[in-house]
Amino acid sequence: MSLADRNRVVILEDRVENIHGAEFPMGFDEKELPFNLASFKDSFDVKIVRVTPTDIEFDLIGVPTVAIEKVYMINNTGIVQDEVLAHRLGLIPINADPTAFQWKRPTDLPTDQNTVVFKLEIACSKNNEAADDEADPKKKYVNSAVYSRDLVWDPKGDQAERFADKPIKPIHDDILITKLRPGQSISCEMHCEKGVGKDHAKFSPVATASYRLLPEIQILEDITGDDAELFKSCFAPGVVEVVEEGGVRKAKVVNPRKDTVSREVLRHKEFEGKVRLTRVRDHFIFNVESTGIIAPEELVAQAIDVLVEKCDIVQNALANIGKNSEDDEE
Amino acid sequence: MQVDRLTNSGVLQHQRFQNGSEDDAAVLLGAGPCCRHFLRVKGLVKQHIDSFNYFIDVDLKKIVKANEVVTSDVDPSFYLKYTGIRVGMPERTDADAAKPCRLRDMTYAAPIAVDIEYTRGRSRVIRKGVVIGRMPIMLRSARCEKVILVQEQMSKNRIIIQVDNKGFMAANRKSKTYVVYKKGALYLKHNSISDDVPLVVAMRAMGMTADKEIAQLVAGNDPLFLDMLSPTLEEGSASKLFTQRAALDWIGSKTKVTRRPGMARRPGYEEALEVLANVVLAHVPCVYAVNNDNMTDDLDYLGNKRLELAGQLLSLLFEDLFKRFNYDLKLNVDKVLKKPNLAQAFDVYNQLMCHGDLITQGLTRAISTGNWSLKRFKMERAGVTHILSRLSYISALGMMTRISSQFEKTRKVSGPRALQPSQWGMLCPADTPEGELCGLVKNLALMTHITTDDEEEPIRRDAALMTGAELHTPGTHVVFLNALRFVRHGRIPAFVSIYIDDHRNTVNISADNGRICRPLIIVENGKSRVKDHHIQDLMAGKLEFDDFLRLGLVEYLDVNEENDCNIAIYEKDLKLYTTHCEIEPFTLLGAVAGLIPYPHHNQSPRNTYQSAMGKQAIGAIAYNQLNRIDTLLYLMVYPQQPMVKTKTIELINYDKLPAGQNGSVFVMSYSGYDIEDALVINKSSLDRGFGRCQVMRKYTAMVRKYANGTFDRVRYAHIDTDGMAPPGTRLETGPDVDGGNDINAGVGGATVEYRPTPATFKYPDHGYVDKVMITTSETDQTLIKFLLRQTRRPELGDKFSSRHGQKGVCGIIVQQEDMPFTDRGVFPDIIMNPHGFPSRMTVGKLMEFVASKAGAIKGELQYGTCFGGSKMEDMCRILMENGYSYTGKDYVTSGITGEPVGAYIFNGATYYQRLKHMVADKMHARARGPRAVLTRQPTEGRSRDGGLRLGEMEKDCLIGYGASMLLLERLMISSDVFEVHVCEKCGYIGYKGWCQVCRSSKTMTPIKIPYACKLLFQELQSMNILPRLVMEDI
Repeated sequence: MSLADRNRVVILEDRVENIHGAEFPMGFDEKELPFNLASFKDSFDVKIVRVTPTDIEFDLIGVPTVAIEKVYMINNTGIVQDEVLAHRLGLIPINADPTAFQWKRPTDLPTDQNTVVFKLEIACSKNNEAADDEADPKKKYVNSAVYSRDLVWDPKGDQAERFADKPIKPIHDDILITKLRPGQSISCEMHCEKGVGKDHAKFSPVATASYRLLPEIQILEDITGDDAELFKSCFAPGVVEVVEEGGVRKAKVVNPRKDTVSREVLRHKEFEGKVRLTRVRDHFIFNVESTGIIAPEELVAQAIDVLVEKCDIVQNALANIGKNSEDDEE
Repeated sequence: MQVDRLTNSGVLQHQRFQNGSEDDAAVLLGAGPCCRHFLRVKGLVKQHIDSFNYFIDVDLKKIVKANEVVTSDVDPSFYLKYTGIRVGMPERTDADAAKPCRLRDMTYAAPIAVDIEYTRGRSRVIRKGVVIGRMPIMLRSARCEKVILVQEQMSKNRIIIQVDNKGFMAANRKSKTYVVYKKGALYLKHNSISDDVPLVVAMRAMGMTADKEIAQLVAGNDPLFLDMLSPTLEEGSASKLFTQRAALDWIGSKTKVTRRPGMARRPGYEEALEVLANVVLAHVPCVYAVNNDNMTDDLDYLGNKRLELAGQLLSLLFEDLFKRFNYDLKLNVDKVLKKPNLAQAFDVYNQLMCHGDLITQGLTRAISTGNWSLKRFKMERAGVTHILSRLSYISALGMMTRISSQFEKTRKVSGPRALQPSQWGMLCPADTPEGELCGLVKNLALMTHITTDDEEEPIRRDAALMTGAELHTPGTHVVFLNALRFVRHGRIPAFVSIYIDDHRNTVNISADNGRICRPLIIVENGKSRVKDHHIQDLMAGKLEFDDFLRLGLVEYLDVNEENDCNIAIYEKDLKLYTTHCEIEPFTLLGAVAGLIPYPHHNQSPRNTYQSAMGKQAIGAIAYNQLNRIDTLLYLMVYPQQPMVKTKTIELINYDKLPAGQNGSVFVMSYSGYDIEDALVINKSSLDRGFGRCQVMRKYTAMVRKYANGTFDRVRYAHIDTDGMAPPGTRLETGPDVDGGNDINAGVGGATVEYRPTPATFKYPDHGYVDKVMITTSETDQTLIKFLLRQTRRPELGDKFSSRHGQKGVCGIIVQQEDMPFTDRGVFPDIIMNPHGFPSRMTVGKLMEFVASKAGAIKGELQYGTCFGGSKMEDMCRILMENGYSYTGKDYVTSGITGEPVGAYIFNGATYYQRLKHMVADKMHARARGPRAVLTRQPTEGRSRDGGLRLGEMEKDCLIGYGASMLLLERLMISSDVFEVHVCEKCGYIGYKGWCQVCRSSKTMTPIKIPYACKLLFQELQSMNILPRLVMEDI
């Protein structure tokens, strides 16, 4: 197997082949390819293709955000029950810089350093200006729907000054929380805390974050004429173009990055043996869709920091193993 | 067999099939709306309501008419005559009158008022609107302007299948008459006649004295029959009863007389006449069966069955009660009239008023217990009513279309359980329970209707009756009216059925109640009568479904009529001899099985399993679900309508009251925690609310006033000033110091001291008070109801199911980071093991995957309607056009290794139901705890904090292993060990080292035995059996 082949995941019609990487010592029988930091550094390259959402990402487990953790219900006469309302409030992304806050352990008391307070005081009433036969509840009543914009930040301590340039509020104003009808009201206080997505999905800074390998389409034998058009239609738009070459229409791979790996091309007998689908094992295309709390570019940087930190911990732990055993021996 | 149906009374014209394509379009377009409008007019529970309305409007009057006069044996001039009866409206007429009844545990009932005419002294008195009782009202019936219900919670009469078995024996429903073929002769046999009556005697008793007349009537001119009949005739002459009177006298002497004391004895012949007229004659015997197999009826054939609905059952009950009411009234009247000097003229009205409760209570009791006991028919039926299951919308709906059979479930006959071909389109082939009731409990198909009685008279006028010789001439058909009914177009009622029975040469016209029927499109000359413009009018609201009936476009056929018809399933199949066309083939399934997408691709038992499971799914229950206070209510926090719908789902509004959520499902093996159908669930999905549900539980407390003047009071200072927990209070399990878990404290009787009897929250995990209701019950006692709410996210062991009978429990909850994902960043909510497919063969589920994936991509809903639905080809094309593989299988990256997964993973959205079986309700363990008082053994069951039983089989294991000490510990030491002192000398059990028999303490030995053993000894002693314990050194 050639070096290039080894670096490719092969897409077959019914299975994926060569799925395991070998960038670890003894990964191959031959000793020629152990992981080499120098060559890794050499070939390591990050290209940002798009920002918001961007095309890069890493392990995101550790990046903390601030989200509503405790809801103190003072009054809730609406149709949505307390727990459900609290759950919905918790899922609202809050635009607060997590780095500006400390972690709050369960035993800690809330302070301006670890807690952000929001208040929601809202009551629905009839809209006297509305026509008698008005059917739209939004016009017929005042506050018939409660949105995230109705959450009011209640700055504690020096929070007002600290966040003067970037007041804390929900990222999106128009998240529907609940609906009310005349006579119903909600009054509650919410405490936001810093947390990580591992504890609860509401702390996750991303909506989706995933990666894929760069698709590669190798045309082994020229595909011409009507077949070329058919070939083109087997891929997502922009992947393959038909070009005139010496009066012959010929399929040409233009942008394999856009391929969705639908394997449609492998269904056609015409292309049997003429095309080989592979993916580049060490070319990751990351996609990060932030909830808006942390800008995607920062998010990735922070994620990498978290990873480095974790590596440090492991490194330290590894280093300490020896020491501990020495201690034991003594 | 092609039969010239009366419907198409004209000669079939052999027209060429022209312009066919136009009409095809009409029905393809039209069937959908047709079905929808049918259900809009009829609704799924219309049969019950119709039946009830019929009872109130017609039957009630008939019953009263039949029992209209009450006379007195003492004063012959006295009479009381009922001239009319009415059921009023329930007293409350506000918008939702049934709601207060439901909340206050009251019966939703209306007064029954009668008009009476009677004599007072010499004068005749007429009174109108005398209330004699209260009638529980079925919700939605005509007497109830806005709302419905038989009685709070006690609704839903079950329907009973009755078998009309003719043939060898002719029988009717209430009492049985048999014609027995014994020793070559025919006999008549009936419960009320002690001996078998020779047929000839019976015929003579009915007025046919000449042998020839009898022979002709019974056998016609067929020599075969005549031969057969000769022994019968001989026996007839042997009996020497030649006149009608003689025969009657003879039968009268054999008649078992059951009558109340005090009635004058009547001559035997009168008795016989009554028996014959009232009970025997109702059953016209079929003697042909003796030598012709075709004559025997198939007991399981649906056309021979009648369904009894609420109306009929109530009518039987009411008649019984009414008769008893009148009888009691008569006794009372007699008693009063017997007194010699009445101070004033006797007014029966006072009597009538003072025993008013009989009817009300009789009705209420029968409905609430379900015991229908009718003295007149010696009918004793239990379980006629059931509490309507409100667990989910589907369970309530399913219960209202349910049919239960009287057939004994213990008997091992497959016949009644088997799917009968005549059930096509009438009863759902999938929806039946598993186990002992399999095939005995059935469900109505979507468009089924059950008839109520139609008037016989107008029909009879049209039907000619023949006697004697013509009766047996070939080609002549005997017309039976109701076992006996003409052509549609409104000339005869829509539900009257006419069919030809070739074996018996009869035309049967039925107008009786309880027949199952369904609407079909009428086809004429190979063309549907329903045309494009009809459908357009229907959709524009210019026509109703009933107009279709009136216009003769659609008609109802019952099971027997179907036999004479040629019914095409699709419009394209219409031929010249086709008489009808199905409105929609999917309506052959019932409401519950109709939820299944692509059911025609599933292995059939899977559809049956889903029909059972759909009823356990947690979802929205009703629009008033948050205003109800039910004993137990499961609600889903975020229910969704399925991505793959069926037309049935739209018709029964399941899309508006759904029970489940669309989850992203990957079919792959993951982690080993998914074996045996277990599911792997994404933790982040749970965080975001997937599968979240609420459990509402009711607690009640009565604050009573007692007859002796004492009363309860509500007081519990720890809760709130009024003694009750306010809504929103968080309650933890178990007692704690300040009694904070007591929801309220209704307190016992109060002559001297109040005894606290708080209603206590005793379930694991915390809950919140959702509602508190204070009201008064029917008897003016204060009633307090609390509704307690728990919100639960799915946990390990909770049960889920797709709509294909594929249930599974949650085996592991996995962080989203560890989940596999596709190139587009799609993560699964649920991972399902592929081993669930090969043996189950639920291809419909695979199709649902693909269809809902395509729907999700395109942003539209797809259909999986039975015998139709979105085509797989189209679905796969959508996938392909959007860059997915047409197979539904995608390239996936493992969340554990980060490397690609070697196989393409089949994934898509699937509708998953969360079932009511949750770990939180079942989890139980105990170390020490309560013991039963009598045996001192640990209590049983989770609700009593019981012990876990070491059963027979476990015991056998320990014995087999030889762990005798462990066995001793499990069975005695940890259970009911008891130390007794046994006297070595006499073997009696003594007490505290003293043998009362030997009057000595020298020979006593303490031993340990199970307390139950000691109990046994004592019980034996009490029977004069003396067990002695013989001690021996080991």
